[in-house]
Amino acid sequence: MNRIAKKFATLKKNNKKALIVYMTAGDPSLQKNKESIFEFEKNGVDLIELGVPFSDPLADGPVIQEASNRSLARKTNLIKILALVKETRKKSQIPILLMSYLNPILQYGYERFAKDAKNAGVDGVIVPDLPPEEGAEIAPTLKRAGLDLVYLLAPTSTPERTRRVAKASRGFIYFVSITGVTGSATPVETLLRAKLKEIKKSATLPVCVGFGISTPAQAKAAAKSADGVIVGSAIVKALATHPKLSASQFAARFIKPFAKALGKGI
Amino acid sequence: MDELESAYRGAKKDPRFKKELAHYLHHFAGRPTPLTETRRLAKLLGVRRFFLKREDLMHTGSHKINNTLGQVLLTLKMKKKRVIAETGAGQHGVATATVCALFGIQCDVYMGEEDVHRQALNVFRMKLLGARVIPVKTGSRTLKDAVNEAIRDWVTNVRDTHYIIGSVIGPHPYPMMVRDFQSVIGRETAAQAKKAGIGAPDYLVACVGGGSNSIGLFHPMLKTRSKMIGVEAAGLGLATKQHAATLSLGHIGVLHGSKSEVLQDKDGQINLAHSISAGLDYPGVGPEHAYLKMARRVQYVAATDQDALLGVKALSRIEGIIPALEPAHAIGYLVRNKSLFKKTDTVVLCLSGRGDKDVVQISEVMPS
Repeated sequence: MNRIAKKFATLKKNNKKALIVYMTAGDPSLQKNKESIFEFEKNGVDLIELGVPFSDPLADGPVIQEASNRSLARKTNLIKILALVKETRKKSQIPILLMSYLNPILQYGYERFAKDAKNAGVDGVIVPDLPPEEGAEIAPTLKRAGLDLVYLLAPTSTPERTRRVAKASRGFIYFVSITGVTGSATPVETLLRAKLKEIKKSATLPVCVGFGISTPAQAKAAAKSADGVIVGSAIVKALATHPKLSASQFAARFIKPFAKALGKGI
Repeated sequence: MDELESAYRGAKKDPRFKKELAHYLHHFAGRPTPLTETRRLAKLLGVRRFFLKREDLMHTGSHKINNTLGQVLLTLKMKKKRVIAETGAGQHGVATATVCALFGIQCDVYMGEEDVHRQALNVFRMKLLGARVIPVKTGSRTLKDAVNEAIRDWVTNVRDTHYIIGSVIGPHPYPMMVRDFQSVIGRETAAQAKKAGIGAPDYLVACVGGGSNSIGLFHPMLKTRSKMIGVEAAGLGLATKQHAATLSLGHIGVLHGSKSEVLQDKDGQINLAHSISAGLDYPGVGPEHAYLKMARRVQYVAATDQDALLGVKALSRIEGIIPALEPAHAIGYLVRNKSLFKKTDTVVLCLSGRGDKDVVQISEVMPS
């Protein structure tokens, strides 16, 4: 069982929901990312998503676009991000997923990426511009290396697509709670519940909700029907607007409220 | 995407859809376009016969309307109320705004802020036609960023909005669908060439940005003996970083939902393209072109900004036709590479657009 599966098993046993936090790698800096991961874990975060910056992040709203640009201006790339994960592994076993558009991984080379990511201690990959029907090339390579490839589902996904994603996804299923880009709107709770119920019919994997969760209250609402919530833009924005806070001050102020909303005793 | 593909496949088989499209292509847009024989150009290039496929005579000034008519009819079929489009130079934006006006559909066009300034006249045209032009302030503020923003809008409003991509790029089924709508160029050319007594021409030539007019000309004739040349924009030169010659210097990558050749750095970040012509200024290219290059069916070459100006001058002076800067790359390339041809050769070049939109820009850079 890998770190992701173990984490969800433990959460399930304790009747808890996963708190997943996204950061764009290299923003504000890789060093700050590393410190943040340690502090976030102490404050109740269960899984970390590290965004690989891309020049054309078409699934992302303005907040993550700008973070991506800042990170690219600092010359962040996959080599440096994998080195960061390796460093992090010396002190933490928190599950780490990379969220990357396909092209940076393609240029790195699928085989080389799978090997290096595994060695660095990455547990899984989320590729927003890769639908399962285009995954035949990369999926087996990742699987052989023991990396989970998480696929996304949208509110507009048909039942057929839902079944396909439920079957192909590994680790968990990423449910995009709104029609739109990251950080752009708030999900409607009743619709979310109905949709998650539908997904659960064909999925045995945990289903986590992201793209529209920006407050602890929204996280709490989404966690009623999902197995986990993913907070991205809200954290990236707070990191950018509070550069002077230390990682521990930041986590206490911005991460802890999410953990509390999900009933985590910290 | 699944919804669009099934709607398109349905329309493709529907005789009423085909009839309706043919009706508007003829009565509204001006098809068929002539295949004009250009004798003085033939003489200049040292070939037996030279023809221009006159997409420049289409309504709105370029081949773009072939695709927008097809896709707007599809929009109606899918019962969507709103259309969005991206545009670089504004040609596709104007064509989309035009057809949306014809059918009373709400139309929003994404255009890089840089291009909004450079193409003020086309912005005014789109507004006059009732479209809203949304300046894109992200990234490089040019065509690729306009595509990004249009995709972001589309995923947000997909329930009531259709996104009309202007070239053979983007996720499936777009490259196939846009190619099919543009293939009318090649089908007409084949019939007209036959009538003109040249059968399958020795050469077919077209400019390549995203690659819609070229694939439209080439695709119906892939099985003939015609040799095919696609001319990309070499900008300030292939040795500089200021070019848009994706097939000449790109590598396989994934951009905007398709796998093709892409201008990019070693980390997979997309480079900025440069060309004097905004219509060729795109760091990707249609995936079918990458395939045709690999299969060695089409030869892809590149012409610089200066070559394009040479092409504008040549065609204007000796044939009385002012070409758009995009096809002027193809003309300029041939003028610079006359030795390519034998004197028995017959050549057809797709004149994808007229030069009206470019004359101000040309006047600023061309010594009088």
